[in-house]
Amino acid sequence: MLFHHGEQLRLERLPAERSRIIYPPEPLAGLDDPDQAIRDALENPIDSEPLSALLFADMRLTIAFDDISLPLPQMRRPDIRQRVIEAVLDLAAEAGVTDVHLIAALALHRRMTEEELRHAVGDRVYDSFAPRGQLYNHDAEDPDGMTLIGTTRHGEEVQISTRVATSDLIVYVNINLVSMDGGWKSTATGLSGYQALRHHHNVHTMRQSRSFMDRESSELHRSNWRQGEVLRDAGIKVFQIETTVNNDLYGDGPLKVLAKREWEWTTRDRATFMAAKAGLDRLSPAQRRRILHGWRAPYAMTSVQAGEVEAVHEVTTRHVYDQQLVPVEGQTDILALGLPYICPYNVNSIMNPILVMCLGLGYFFNLYKGRPLVREGGVLIMSHPTTPEFHPVHHPSYIDFFEEVLAETTDPLVMEAQFEERFATDEWYRHLYRTSHAYHGVHPFYMWYWGSHALEHLGGVVVVGGDPATVRRLGFRPASTMSDALEIASDVVGRQPTITYFKNPPLSMVDVT
Amino acid sequence: MRALRFERDVVRFGAARLASGLRPGAGSRWGPLELVTDDEPDLPGPDWVRLSPRLAGICGSDLATVDGRSSRWFEPIVSFPFVPGHEVVADLVPDGSTAATTDATTDATVDGASSRVVLEPVLGCVTRGISPVCPACADGRLGNCEHLAHGDLDAGLQTGYCCDTGGGWSTSMVAHPSQLHAVPDDMPDQAAVLVEPTACAVHGAMRARVRPGDTVAIIGAGTLGLLTLAALARFAPECSTVIGAKHPHQRDLARALGATVVCEPGELARAVRRRTGTQVLGTRGTNGTRSTNGTHGASTSRLTGGAAVTIDCVGSADSLATALAITRPTGRVVMIGMPGVLRADLTPLWQREIELVGAYAYGTEHPVDAEGAPTGESRRTFDMAFELVRAADLGRLVSATYPLERADDAIAHAAEAGRRGAVKIAFDLRQRPPLPTSTRQTRTRPPSARN
Repeated sequence: MLFHHGEQLRLERLPAERSRIIYPPEPLAGLDDPDQAIRDALENPIDSEPLSALLFADMRLTIAFDDISLPLPQMRRPDIRQRVIEAVLDLAAEAGVTDVHLIAALALHRRMTEEELRHAVGDRVYDSFAPRGQLYNHDAEDPDGMTLIGTTRHGEEVQISTRVATSDLIVYVNINLVSMDGGWKSTATGLSGYQALRHHHNVHTMRQSRSFMDRESSELHRSNWRQGEVLRDAGIKVFQIETTVNNDLYGDGPLKVLAKREWEWTTRDRATFMAAKAGLDRLSPAQRRRILHGWRAPYAMTSVQAGEVEAVHEVTTRHVYDQQLVPVEGQTDILALGLPYICPYNVNSIMNPILVMCLGLGYFFNLYKGRPLVREGGVLIMSHPTTPEFHPVHHPSYIDFFEEVLAETTDPLVMEAQFEERFATDEWYRHLYRTSHAYHGVHPFYMWYWGSHALEHLGGVVVVGGDPATVRRLGFRPASTMSDALEIASDVVGRQPTITYFKNPPLSMVDVT
Repeated sequence: MRALRFERDVVRFGAARLASGLRPGAGSRWGPLELVTDDEPDLPGPDWVRLSPRLAGICGSDLATVDGRSSRWFEPIVSFPFVPGHEVVADLVPDGSTAATTDATTDATVDGASSRVVLEPVLGCVTRGISPVCPACADGRLGNCEHLAHGDLDAGLQTGYCCDTGGGWSTSMVAHPSQLHAVPDDMPDQAAVLVEPTACAVHGAMRARVRPGDTVAIIGAGTLGLLTLAALARFAPECSTVIGAKHPHQRDLARALGATVVCEPGELARAVRRRTGTQVLGTRGTNGTRSTNGTHGASTSRLTGGAAVTIDCVGSADSLATALAITRPTGRVVMIGMPGVLRADLTPLWQREIELVGAYAYGTEHPVDAEGAPTGESRRTFDMAFELVRAADLGRLVSATYPLERADDAIAHAAEAGRRGAVKIAFDLRQRPPLPTSTRQTRTRPPSARN
């Protein structure tokens, strides 16, 4: 079986009689005319007046859009955000709106670079707004730029960008890559700050979200929805635009072999794979990163809907499921994953060990509805090099998290109680978040919390091919080969465990009955 | 007597340097150190006494000497051939006796007092019969003596580097009474042999002039680093200490000895940053990445502020660079580890007005108050060291002992102590094999060297 192994690829053998493979569904067909579909959605929104009817000359209009964490990998130009924003700006221009701000809704993520912003919104939009200071990154630590709106009935504070709070209309442009994305999470999280995020980005919430990819069962989403209510009740008007894409990562090029089922590989596919593997193996990590992060996926847009936040999100989620949801019968003893080179927080960057944990135990483990793919007390085997490498500009607090926090504990509750606030309020991290391109000081904690449900659920985690010392610091067990990993896992799940290989990417989500 | 003797032999000195480049400690096998059978050293003066060493430690400066890596600075203040060994607990040999006839396995007494002594090895004015003594000796700053190549003795900064005194790596040596400190009966040899290196650490801690609330970074968690940590914990308890320790046993000991923060060496700079609430400047690294597998923690960056004091117990170019990168402006870097020749960028020293302070040996300490002013109190460093060794149970740092006949093994163990889970390695002279009967000088290579 083909396993992603960070920036490399591996072939692994699994016991045939006890193993099953979950492949992602074939890519759905894209919309024939995405631009027309966008215009139609804006003029025929769900539970809302048409966008054109909401725009007027003297208004303050704020267009917020998803940041660099979506989609993964980045898509070929034109980015969906560019298509949607240009359509919105056309309507705004027709209405004579001049006070328009565009904000990358990055919450506590790193600031996007000019190049990344240009890719997302297009050169025309960038050149029209950025030089005048009307296109910028959200700054959750701006002491003059954040407003406390109120608190939810559960006592959760609701904080949002002051520009947003004082706008007549917020148009939020989403790319809903997975079912977690969108809804009130877009504004209540993306345009908010630590004061509000700590109410749902915490261990309790993540452990009560089963999973956070399934909104109906996600405490993370329930909290965001409550915060959304407060925003709505405060008169903050949001016109939500959500889009979905198919899972065509590779197009018809030679890399398509990575998305094919192994038994369908032709001789040409095998040769392509061997060449790709050999090439990647021979390159330096920096060269591999440059090549892989330079890849732009030929995603096709499969839907676009606009209007009232919750109503739009219901439709969007159905479209995401149409592409990604795979019905699966029964749980497994061992869940095997091949972790790729990218996750939402290392675009144009390095997948550091904390992000490895987050991708495996956070994102991939939680790609389920119903029940986790692996049984309680089962074992997760992940294939990834897990080297102790960090991007010094993007992830400064991650380095300290690795060196200080993980040296003391891997228990998310202990981290939360003993370390979180200090990291969240560290002046250096705050400075780098605001002026450089660093994730917020608290971000590595959130990444660890993302995996807290899995940590509680699993009986063990084994990392194949990982740097042993680093893997141990994460609290996991290192194995040099898949055979060794299965042997190690047998201590927990016995000698004849069932194994499920959940092959991602392209992304899919399981509905386990 | 049996002794490990270091000759002036340029060829073998070079061989030691080459060999130690391949494996630390290999200079013992290839260099000018030899196990010899020789006459006991003569008493340099009527008031001198003969000692029968019980345990003698192997210290970093000994290793540098054996491996041919010590600085040429020492040439005028060393005389050949010498017997190394300046960390010594020994028995006093009664008048008229020789060490060979003294039963080293029991605690003999002299004039009713315990005969066990610890050596304060600096060969200052008093030991050299110089009068009047130099200003440093008059002030109790024995380590700063100006007459290390004068007087009744040949050149030698310490016992263990002087041809007239012998050294601890032998079964017999001589000492001036002013060099001796009686060992309490209830103090085991393993603790007593650590008094001398502890005195070095205490002196270093005093030279740091730490004030309450200061953050002190310690580079290196070998014997000297751990002892310095212990000294700060006892004599400057209101400061916080951050120590980079490479090996698990070092980290365990550092915690046990009172470190506020213990981290990997490569994580020291970040740990100091977190402790002091300062910021990191610069992100130099391969391909723009940052690996946590650094050596001493500041190769990729420096702090805007940092530790009030950094104590460098390694003495390498790398450790000095780290010290300068993590010490706050107008802070102080104390070098306790013997540095030797190294290449350093002193721009931060200049730009940040950092004091670079050496800390060698010991003498008399004059503690300062919270404002940095002398308290008027003065104590002998060795007295403080005895107190600390007992209070912190420092005898536990002696990890292994070897007979002289296994010098190669002992030195190899000491040179790789951290990696092999050890801290202090010492020679054990309490069990002595019979001497050859006839020759005055019998040169033998240690057994392992003949294999």
